[in-house]
Amino acid sequence: MAEKIKFELVSPAKLLLSSPVDMVVVPGGEGDFGALSRHAPMITTVRPGVIDVHDGGKVSSRIFVAGGFAEVTEERITVLAEEAIPVNELTADMLAARKKVAKEAIDDAKSDADKGKAARLLAIAEAMETAIG
Amino acid sequence: MASLKDLRMKIVSVKSTRKITSAMKMVAASKLRRAQTAAEAARPFAERMERMLGTLAASLVGQSGAPRMLTGTGADKVHLLVAVTADRGLCGGFNSSIVRATKHLAADLLKQGKTVKIMPVGRKAREQLRRDFGQYMIEGFEQLGRKGIVFAEADQVANAVAGMFDAGDFDVCTVIYNRFKSAIAQEVTRQQVIPFPLPETTGKAEAGAKAIYEFEPGEEEILAELLPRNLATQMFRALLESQASEQGARMTAMDNATRNAGDMINALAIKYNRSRQAQITKELIEIISGAEAL
Repeated sequence: MAEKIKFELVSPAKLLLSSPVDMVVVPGGEGDFGALSRHAPMITTVRPGVIDVHDGGKVSSRIFVAGGFAEVTEERITVLAEEAIPVNELTADMLAARKKVAKEAIDDAKSDADKGKAARLLAIAEAMETAIG
Repeated sequence: MASLKDLRMKIVSVKSTRKITSAMKMVAASKLRRAQTAAEAARPFAERMERMLGTLAASLVGQSGAPRMLTGTGADKVHLLVAVTADRGLCGGFNSSIVRATKHLAADLLKQGKTVKIMPVGRKAREQLRRDFGQYMIEGFEQLGRKGIVFAEADQVANAVAGMFDAGDFDVCTVIYNRFKSAIAQEVTRQQVIPFPLPETTGKAEAGAKAIYEFEPGEEEILAELLPRNLATQMFRALLESQASEQGARMTAMDNATRNAGDMINALAIKYNRSRQAQITKELIEIISGAEAL
């Protein structure tokens, strides 16, 4: 594959990744999508899940993101992630901690806004579990 | 004339002050390095988010039903000022310049018949604004970023602001913070965050919008999520910049203090030596004239 797409992964704390790759598979808000070079311009939400970076005919890295946004243009894809952790750095301890926080949030939630937030936390924890498993 | 003992004690005390200020300078310098890296690392995210928001906003301009956080409430009556300072002093004009800018802006707005609310972020803002603007003060935040700013803290502030906006408590929100220019220079910055200021580079944004973007889900759904995120991001940036500026300001202030203490010690040492000599001379004269009288 000759043409590559420039992939940028940014979290609030720093620029995590910026390199040309063959393809990126992103868990979009309305279903996973793969972005190759000359993709139609698109802006979408990202649900919690795993981004697969394909390069050189194989998956070169897998990164867990806790939701965010993605902007695709013909030559680049920018993912603004709220949190991003490479899958191989995820641990069971992290997952357990997340689950606990999510559960507490659900138990404490009183208003609708709180419930929404708690549900989000749980969704992130569940996505993390899938990523580890 | 101070006695020799007094002078000696004074020199000792200035010396220990100098030790403290130079230690504080060193601490600030090492914290500065960390804060500066954090502030610089956070810039790409904020920039890209602004770009994305600009694209979205450009494609929504003139359409009805755009979220209020983007277009504003249509009124310009109640202003919320978020003043970002440090929790601690001893950093030169860092805190007072923010306080001064806030007071200035608040007084201006009041003169125009607007209502002002002030949200202090950082202990110094609350302490210094309480006297003159106590009645406009609302609950703020303190003790942020004791171990470096994390995004969750910015999110907390942003949530409070967004909650107030949704409740219709204000129309326009401006953040006042110190932008980090270099270790010795900070710039007081006023940034309007609500309503979102449309990018001035409209020409560029339009060109971007012409490459027709697809939106998944719709523009409005994305905006509804993106705007609160953007608010948190801008807060995060303001907090990080402020943190870096604080350390820079403290380093400069403590460097000056150390140097002043050094000068003071020199001056005192000269004075001490002079009085010591004067005393010896006086004693000699007394002895000699006593001997001559015999």
